[in-house]
Parts: sequence; C-alpha cells; structure tokens
Amino acid sequence: MSLAEQIIIISICVLGTILTRFLPFLIFSSKKPTPAYVQYLGKALPSAIFGMLVIYCLKDIRIFKGSHGIPELLSIIFVCILHLWKRQMLVSIAGGTILYMLLIQFVF
Amino acid sequence: MKKQAMIKKSFQAAFPYTIPIFAGFWFLGLTYGIYMNVSGFPFLYPMVMSFIIYGGSLEFVAVSLLLGAFNPLQAFIMTLMIQARHLFYGIAMLDKYKGTGWKKPYLIFGMCDESFSINYTATIPKEVDSGWFMFFVTVLNHFYWVFGATLGGLLGSFIRFNTEGLEFVMTAMFVVIFLEQWLKEDKHHSAFIGIVSSILCLILWGPDHFMIPTMLLILFLLTLLRKPLEQTGGLSTS
Repeated sequence: MSLAEQIIIISICVLGTILTRFLPFLIFSSKKPTPAYVQYLGKALPSAIFGMLVIYCLKDIRIFKGSHGIPELLSIIFVCILHLWKRQMLVSIAGGTILYMLLIQFVF
Repeated sequence: MKKQAMIKKSFQAAFPYTIPIFAGFWFLGLTYGIYMNVSGFPFLYPMVMSFIIYGGSLEFVAVSLLLGAFNPLQAFIMTLMIQARHLFYGIAMLDKYKGTGWKKPYLIFGMCDESFSINYTATIPKEVDSGWFMFFVTVLNHFYWVFGATLGGLLGSFIRFNTEGLEFVMTAMFVVIFLEQWLKEDKHHSAFIGIVSSILCLILWGPDHFMIPTMLLILFLLTLLRKPLEQTGGLSTS
C-alpha cells in the first residue's frame, strides 16, 4: 500500500468514527425539541449500554476451554462485594484487577 | 481569577475518575503501539492514529486494514460496524453536552466508551462546572491513550513486562459503572435487557459479530416496552 493509500484508509477510519459520534447531535439539534421517543431512548438506553459493555469486555472468554472464565467470574464478584461495601470506585477497580492478576498468574 | 479557580476545581474533581482509565489506557495503548511497531510501522503511525481516530478496537483492526489490499469501502463498513455503538452514546448525551459551548465538538469527538461512561454516570459536585469537568475527563483519557500508543510505538518489542491480566482494569471499571447505574435506579428492566441481549447475541453470532445484532435487539425491546417502562417509572433519574 502506498503512503497515499494509507492516508486514505486512515482518513476513512477517522471520518467513520466522527460520523457515529456526531450523528445524533446533528440530527437532533438543540434548536428544535428532541422527539419524545428519542428522549425516552436517551433515558432508557444507558443501563442497557453499560450491561452491553460489561459483556463486550468478557466476549473472548471460552466457557469450555482454558480457565472456563472462572478468574473473571471470581474477580467480578469481588469487585461487586468491594463496591457495595466501600462504594469507592478506585478501591473496587484496583481490588478486582489485583485479584485477577494474582489468579491468572499464580492459580490458573 | 474566579474563573481560573473554577477551572482548577473542575480538574481536581475530574482527575480521580480518570485514574483507572490511566491504568487501562497506557497499557492498552502500549500494546497497540507495540503491535504497530512489530507490524512494521514507525511510531508516528500509532501516535497520529491514536490521536485522530481515538477508538481502541478500530485502531487494532486498522492495522490489518493497512496491511491488506487497498479497499476503502471495506474500511468504511468495518469502521461503521465497530463504531456504531457511539450512536447510542450520542443519544444518551444529547442533554448533558448541551450548553458546553466551544468544548462541545471536542467532547463529542472524544466520546469513547470510557469518557462516555464517566461523563454520563459521574456525580459532578455543585461548585464544579460540568462542561469543564467533562472536558477534563475527555482530554485526560485522550492523552493517556496517545501517550501509551506512542510509547509502545517507540519501544516496540524491546519491552518485557509481567503485567499479565492488567487489561482486566477496564472490565472492572465497566462493572463498577454498571453497578453504580443499577444502584441509582428503582427498576432494572433496561439493565437486564442489555445483559440478556448481549449474551444471547454473543452465543448466536460469536465474539466478532455480535455487537450490531445486540444493539438492534436492545433497541427493539426498549421500543416494545416503552409504554410499561414509562408508566412504571423504571427509568433512571440521572
């Protein structure tokens, strides 16, 4: 691939990304009131999105191979316990990550 | 002077939220930079690409797009497929990014998974300007990512490190954000819909192709359940 072709491919990646990020703001400008259905989606979507992002992070786990996703499951449970107990974002994240690193480096 | 103090306060409020992302991004960025380096690209590539594309998974895919045959249409379709989830983020942030002035285009440009999640869920203190808060979250995350990618591109395959498992920091962060959102709402229909749709589509389509079907299924179910959800007040208040 020539340099010009590389620049074209990279520009397409940039433009496509910008398009997906800006489109809702361009369609629903702040001058006109946002349709009720979109307002509803704006409120209802986030919880579903965060659930989707958690599964997205875990998508490469193979239940029937390797460590069967056990270190991930244990670490997530630990994150939840820590968070419900202390409600300190950084403590929960650090605790869960350290447990996961210990589990996959020394146990599994 | 008053404005400067307010900006400083916004930075101080925003920074702690970005610490887990610092841990995740320098590491993932480094991995990406190393991958570019061993694929034969000088460090300028990961540096510039991480800065102007600023989307982790697409940047990894872009390496194979650059190494393969020149195919702009395929690159465009791949980009839209991988990045489509940002459409959801935009819909959710329509209100929150309102009135942020000159910062707004940058806030939207830099709306990656992590910046969106923090800017949507963070409890911003009253004395802090939310526009500046979200701006600093976005700038810091952007900086961490470019920093990691550039470093990886420079050091390449020279570095050895025993950080196996550090990438879990991003999973842990999304779990915490999911849990925070869960604790904020009375009913959990939407959260269930998100989890169940994702798992179902992951089983049916596999890890590389499940995101678009998942998004369509979520959209379908939320549309179907609009009336009951609005009536029972199962929506988050934030």
